[in-house]
Amino acid sequence: MSVLHLAILLPLLAAPFIPFLFRALKRIHTGWFVLVVPTLLFVYFFRFISVTSDGGVVTETVRWMPSLGINFTAYVDGLGLLFALLITGIGALVVLYSIYYLNKDKESLGHFYVYLLLFMGAMLGVVLSDNMVVMYMFWELTSISSFLLIGYWYEKERSRYGARKSMLITVFGGLSMLGGIVVLESIVGSFSIRDMVANQALIAESPFFIAAMILILLGAFTKSAQFPFHIWLPDAMEAPTPVSAYLHSATMVKAGLYLVARMSPVFQESPIWLWTIAAVGTFTLFWGSFNAVKQTDLKGILAFSTISQLGLIMSLLGLGAAALHYDGMDDNIYMVATIAAIFHLINHATFKGSLFMMVGIVDHETGTRDIRKLGGLMTVMPITFTIAVIGSLSMAGLPPFNGFLSKEMFLKATTKVFSMDFFALDTIGILIPVVAFIASVFTFIYSLIIFTRTFMGKAQFDKLPKQPHEAPIGMLIPPAILAILVVVLGFVPNVLSNSLIKPAVESIYPTLVASGQDVKVDIYFWHGLTPELYMTIGVILLGTLMFFTINKWMGIYNRIPHRMTLNGMYDGSLVWSNNAAYRFKDNYMTGFIRSYLIYIFVFMSGMLLFSMWWYDLFNFSFGELAEIAPYEYVLGAVIVLSALAILFMRSRLPAIILLGVVGYSVALFFVFFEAPDLALTQLVIETVSVALFLLVFYHMPDISKKEARMRFKVGNAIVSVLVGVTVMMLSFMTLSNRSLSSISEYYKENVYDLAAGKNMVNVVLVDFRGFDTLFEIIVLAIAGLGIYTMIKFRTTVQRTKGDDANGHEAKK
Amino acid sequence: MKPKSNKRVNDVILQTAAVIIFFIIIVFSIHLFFSGHYSPGGGFIGGLMTAAALVLLLLAFDSKTLATVLPFDYRRMTALGALIAVLTAMHSIFFNLPFLTHAYDKFDLPLLGEETLHTAIAFDLGVYLVVIGVTMTIIQTIGESE
Repeated sequence: MSVLHLAILLPLLAAPFIPFLFRALKRIHTGWFVLVVPTLLFVYFFRFISVTSDGGVVTETVRWMPSLGINFTAYVDGLGLLFALLITGIGALVVLYSIYYLNKDKESLGHFYVYLLLFMGAMLGVVLSDNMVVMYMFWELTSISSFLLIGYWYEKERSRYGARKSMLITVFGGLSMLGGIVVLESIVGSFSIRDMVANQALIAESPFFIAAMILILLGAFTKSAQFPFHIWLPDAMEAPTPVSAYLHSATMVKAGLYLVARMSPVFQESPIWLWTIAAVGTFTLFWGSFNAVKQTDLKGILAFSTISQLGLIMSLLGLGAAALHYDGMDDNIYMVATIAAIFHLINHATFKGSLFMMVGIVDHETGTRDIRKLGGLMTVMPITFTIAVIGSLSMAGLPPFNGFLSKEMFLKATTKVFSMDFFALDTIGILIPVVAFIASVFTFIYSLIIFTRTFMGKAQFDKLPKQPHEAPIGMLIPPAILAILVVVLGFVPNVLSNSLIKPAVESIYPTLVASGQDVKVDIYFWHGLTPELYMTIGVILLGTLMFFTINKWMGIYNRIPHRMTLNGMYDGSLVWSNNAAYRFKDNYMTGFIRSYLIYIFVFMSGMLLFSMWWYDLFNFSFGELAEIAPYEYVLGAVIVLSALAILFMRSRLPAIILLGVVGYSVALFFVFFEAPDLALTQLVIETVSVALFLLVFYHMPDISKKEARMRFKVGNAIVSVLVGVTVMMLSFMTLSNRSLSSISEYYKENVYDLAAGKNMVNVVLVDFRGFDTLFEIIVLAIAGLGIYTMIKFRTTVQRTKGDDANGHEAKK
Repeated sequence: MKPKSNKRVNDVILQTAAVIIFFIIIVFSIHLFFSGHYSPGGGFIGGLMTAAALVLLLLAFDSKTLATVLPFDYRRMTALGALIAVLTAMHSIFFNLPFLTHAYDKFDLPLLGEETLHTAIAFDLGVYLVVIGVTMTIIQTIGESE
């Protein structure tokens, strides 16, 4: 257990103490204690930058299940460290923010911070685990803690709905991912990601390549809310705003991006990888931005905007795979896509985090998040307004902020798609920059909406539940820090280039780094009159035009009926699957024993007859059979006739007597076949059971006594004939296929020498196979005690209730 | 099957015959029990026969009379039988032999002369008692349940 492991597990180790602190120290907000954890971790992980910026990695292993190849290997490289810093850094800010956001007297903070710490630990585990099974474990822990956090205000129906939705979708993806992990392990023979990267050629040749890729991508797409799995994210906005800021913008939704980036070295040699991720990402980018415009809830806008931005990063990660196919070039222009992806990932975490906190402040201070009610808050909340403007404009991709730089790089990467002359990227690939341009226009529009509708325009404070005023300073510090980062990264982007972005990009291209190619990360503000600059200008012009004419084209959103939307389909499919399962169950679980017996008999006959046919066992041979004596014919006829007669009896009494006839005839058969012990036992037992049958008959209710003979049912007749034929076939088959001699010779020879007996049956019963007898008498004892208990218990119930109708019921 | 009818009817012939036949059946059942190792019979059928003799008494008299004449608790008898069987089966493990290994030897008994004694008889005794106990428990409970 190294310090690194302790660092990863620190949030999980700290979580159990939170409820005690919450109970014991009521006067201090529990968040202050929690704040220590991410701050410490941030400082701790910050020190790793010096290691990773030179391309170094840190690996520590704790043996967990070595026999299964599952060990907790912590692995810190550029990519993992970048995420770890995001998680701990934004984690600290979110905890600080939540201290002012959540009321320590009204909310159950113990729960909140336990869930939050669980999530933080899980997320660190995801990004710093080398073993995929361990990563999967942490992955599911993020799903569970996210579920708990979304459902934090569990009295609200929408919270529960959102929590369940996100749980269903992300766990579906998580389980798919587990499938992918198992497939990869079966190819490579190791769960370690580094081993998989090393054996990347082996995976590429495998017939399961596509299966593994799709399964892993399902995990990434569901977690990162890519189309069509994005629907859980807007509903997850029912969570408290610190949670939305932390999980649903900065960290958890980036777990999918992390997974794609982490698995890129394994899969990116294949063009399918490039196409799938770029196509899904680009479409998600468009769809998210398109839908964000119609939202009226501020968090709804931000949710769709997150979806859209995640799509952007995803598509960049896909396009970055092209770098491998053109590794001959000196200045690898496709690598810019990956650099942009990493850079935008950082930028998005900063501006989206600050925007969510800003929305939380607005919600907290005005009581609503509905943009139709808000307006004119600029003068009342100047600091919040400033933060909102910085965040929004960065998100829209406007010049002085970091969003502009990553957006420019994104557009540059998309326009380079043309020059890829493989896999139809030069023809259909034209869609990528076009869609990216349209999506950027929508992004520009909703970014404007966020701060214009909230802070500008006419003030209508009378509609608000609270009188608005500026937030407390503690609530403003975290978003302010993030907003300052937005500006700083905008002006001096290269501050991160060599420390964070370069090592992260290098971990995505291990083969390129190994071949000696240098990763050049150099981000300029001004890079000349390039096509992407014209595209940005076009976005601003078109976006402004559309923003001012928004009322004219809002109508297009109402064209899609609810049933056809993805949410409608999700709800419908839940209802449908529920109903279908009920219908299915109701159809075959009839509650009648008759139906179940028919299933059992039909299945048994079907299986037996089919396997006899399959193995060709119908070649009966009757060569070894004995002669049939005349009395055996007579006895056989008696049994068959009485058995058949039972079926046609009008009353039950003759049926019982006929059953006795069958039993005594069987005893006679035992006599003829030289089994005196069996004959004796059969005689007595038959007598007892007939007597018991008569007893039951005597106590039957009068109504069922009158019932005439058994009703004929075709189905029953067919099934019974089928079972009869099957058993007959089975007997013939076993008789004619006897391959081994009987063990009874041994008994015959040794019955006297070994067991000092002459009655072989009895010696077998008590000596050779005494075990069976021992438990058969136990069976008898249980049966006797069971009858005793049933009858005695019944009579006491009858006595206490003391009414006749009940007693009559019990007799049945 | 109506229990009260027995009390009024004078069953002298049945009752006299039953008492005599009872001993014949009991002796037969004991014979079946002991002869099991060499000829047809054994604990199971012997137990059933003994139970049959008791049922005959039940038919001729009533259950209270039977309970005073033969004051057995048949549920205890079941348990006792199972215990004897299990202990017999277990005894071999104290001699480092597998479970349910029987032992036998020839003995010179004072009255009977040289006879083979076998632990299987003890096992069979367990079976015998369980069968009597179970049969009588069932018949008694059902008979008294009304």
